[in-house]
Amino acid sequence: MTRPSNPENEAACIRRILAGEKRLFHELIRPCERPIYFLLLSLLRNEAEAEDAAQETVIKVYRNLHLFRGDSQFRTWVLSIARNEGLGRLRKNDNRREDSLDALTDGESGDFTPAVLTSWREIPAEALEREELGALLRKAIEGLPAIYRNVVLLRDIEEMDGRETAAALGITEGAVKVRLHRARALLQRELTPKLKRFAPKGRKLFGWAR
Amino acid sequence: MRIDCKHVWEHISAYIDGEVDAELRAEIDKHLETCEICCAVLDSTRNVVVLLADNRVFELPAGFSARLHERLDEELALREGS
Repeated sequence: MTRPSNPENEAACIRRILAGEKRLFHELIRPCERPIYFLLLSLLRNEAEAEDAAQETVIKVYRNLHLFRGDSQFRTWVLSIARNEGLGRLRKNDNRREDSLDALTDGESGDFTPAVLTSWREIPAEALEREELGALLRKAIEGLPAIYRNVVLLRDIEEMDGRETAAALGITEGAVKVRLHRARALLQRELTPKLKRFAPKGRKLFGWAR
Repeated sequence: MRIDCKHVWEHISAYIDGEVDAELRAEIDKHLETCEICCAVLDSTRNVVVLLADNRVFELPAGFSARLHERLDEELALREGS
């Protein structure tokens, strides 16, 4: 979860950095670290490369800070730089199949019917203390087509709103909604049969905690 | 007019995000009162969404932040006094 930073503090911070208090940049960029990395991981699908690209992105943000006009959120601007960094690397990498944001379209093709079930016992967040549950969720995200993975990552994992997600990915808000809907349907279908065993035992949910 | 299950599924994501208009929300709510399948589909989808938002699912690699700020320090030093 990324805490939204206060835009006024952010603008003041940027002015001070540009006026010479360079060290403040460390604090300015900190709330953006997670979304930068996970957007790049989603694009590049390689941890080492995503980390290298994240560092490169942050350096570029620093060098171009004077160009930020404040007509979008700072984080949105940063993420569009991260996206360009990621797409640039994908293009350079000839031997890799182009699995970029633009490689798939939002056609009607595909089956987005959810898994049909008659009851659902809630899996509480405490169940995430079991490492295998996290691994299962990560694997399901990794298995999504790129255009859905990117959207679900920013909307549901980093909890950005539709507008910011659209701006960061260079797509319309409508496309964000369609892709998010499909991504969630694919995830529900993939995950529900596998998640059942993580449900707490017993009839009542009460009293089930660590 | 009563809406069917397929119609509910089409709007599940927007429903979870509170982005359906009042009229459609009322129709979906009415459908949910009597349809255990749609209730289970909605609950399971919402459960997945809630779990994904937990920071324990996707964690930054160990030392990521330290390495990033070290690299940044090098950059800041490079441009010191410029």
